[in-house]
Amino acid sequence: MNLRKYLKVYKKFLHTSLASELEYKANILVDLITAILSLVGSVFLLSIFFQNSGYIGGWKFEQALIIQAIYTILNGITNTWFNPNLTEIVKHIREGTLDFVLLKPIDSQFFISLKKLNPSGFLEIMLGFFLFFFCIRINQINLNLSFLTLSTITISCSICILYSLWFFISTTTIWFVKTWNAIEVLRSFLYIGRFPLNSFSFSLRIFFSVFIPIAFITTIPSEVFLGLSELWKILLEFIVASVFLITSRKFWLFALKFYSSASS
Amino acid sequence: MLEYRVEIALWAISGIIPFFMLNIWTNNNLNESINISDIMLSRYFLCAFFVRQFSVVWVVFSFEEDSLMGKVSPYLIQPLNPFLRYFAQHLAEQITRFPFALIIAFFFFIFNPESIWIPNLGILLLSIVSTFLSFLIQFLIQSIVACLCFWTEKASSIERLLFIPTLFLSGLLAPVVSFPTYVKSWIYLTPFPYLIDFPANLLSGNETNISGGIGMQILWIFLLFPLFKKIWSEGTKKYTAMGS
Repeated sequence: MNLRKYLKVYKKFLHTSLASELEYKANILVDLITAILSLVGSVFLLSIFFQNSGYIGGWKFEQALIIQAIYTILNGITNTWFNPNLTEIVKHIREGTLDFVLLKPIDSQFFISLKKLNPSGFLEIMLGFFLFFFCIRINQINLNLSFLTLSTITISCSICILYSLWFFISTTTIWFVKTWNAIEVLRSFLYIGRFPLNSFSFSLRIFFSVFIPIAFITTIPSEVFLGLSELWKILLEFIVASVFLITSRKFWLFALKFYSSASS
Repeated sequence: MLEYRVEIALWAISGIIPFFMLNIWTNNNLNESINISDIMLSRYFLCAFFVRQFSVVWVVFSFEEDSLMGKVSPYLIQPLNPFLRYFAQHLAEQITRFPFALIIAFFFFIFNPESIWIPNLGILLLSIVSTFLSFLIQFLIQSIVACLCFWTEKASSIERLLFIPTLFLSGLLAPVVSFPTYVKSWIYLTPFPYLIDFPANLLSGNETNISGGIGMQILWIFLLFPLFKKIWSEGTKKYTAMGS
């Protein structure tokens, strides 16, 4: 594995996809408005929930806003990297162009996971950070070094889990050819990440932490920010993230054995 | 359509967000403040799920793809508005989706046996009509957006923008009754509450103004249809096939 080579290749990816996406400048503006509106909408929904009750699942409104902020950042990351690339896998497999990817002297997972980039997601990430800093102020969180490292670790773990979930579903294209709808199902499940896990009933809580670990993605990092999290939860998230990453890698290599190109 | 059973089943599953919302509502006893009992609220969200299943529209995505691939050109030669073709596709898929939606409803009733109810025939027919009207409104709005494909290449991003108010204001995530008064004062003038909230209230037996709701739905269709006609005729004049 040659790190420098991969960095160089990635720089080229960045360059080409930025160039092609910036062709649609108006589109980026529309995407920004969409991101702002969807944040406003979910804060509105939260305010309806909190209209007549001070706590939802043990979370105050100000605390629940942190979850929104983290969700927005992660959603921005999804829209910047995961969504454009992983929908491309479906195309590669259906049209048989995955052959060309496999022939390249570079890791195929690296190539298909990072080839494209959608810059309008950056704006969403920034929007998430704005809300996030606002939350830090209204919740009077003291920033210190150990706290920052812990939160960086948990957020990176969340990103890994999110990536693995997307990659997992996209990989199944090798068998099923069309997975648009499976991606749609994942999207609607991820929507749950906008709310604290404790606000759901016990059975759903189990479902979203064991089967689809959406609980880990937003709730645990938010708890870390509020200083509510216990060490075992952070460790658990770390373990879940590593298991997911390794499995998604193994699954990709396994799936490739079944790849037989289009029309053969 | 029957060839794509799994796909349609997954589509049906992707619509289960209302149930998650129901879970938040009842699990935190939020419904006490808006005077809706648990049972009525669960019926409401089940109906919202049904209405959404049979009023979901994706014409803009189909049209955008066809327009970029140049498939629209042969359609334009035919003596039939191509949107009728998409309209028929939507109807066919909704019919295939019906059994899957029933299965999901069946599971819902297993977990919530106390919320089983049988709406009377008149209400059932009326709510089918209003769901269809809601589908028509959404189809018209999306067709208007789809016609923007004649001017821009990515009309679907405008659709994604319009989807956000539809999601939050239509009553899919929270019944419109629960909205704060500063929103309720103007929301009934927009088409949004008639997309899901009104048909779902009607079907679930919650309080709603039947004649007013259907009247507003028809009014919106009458407003949107000439607009679609206009933008379609403008667009087709402007149309040059991709690559020319």
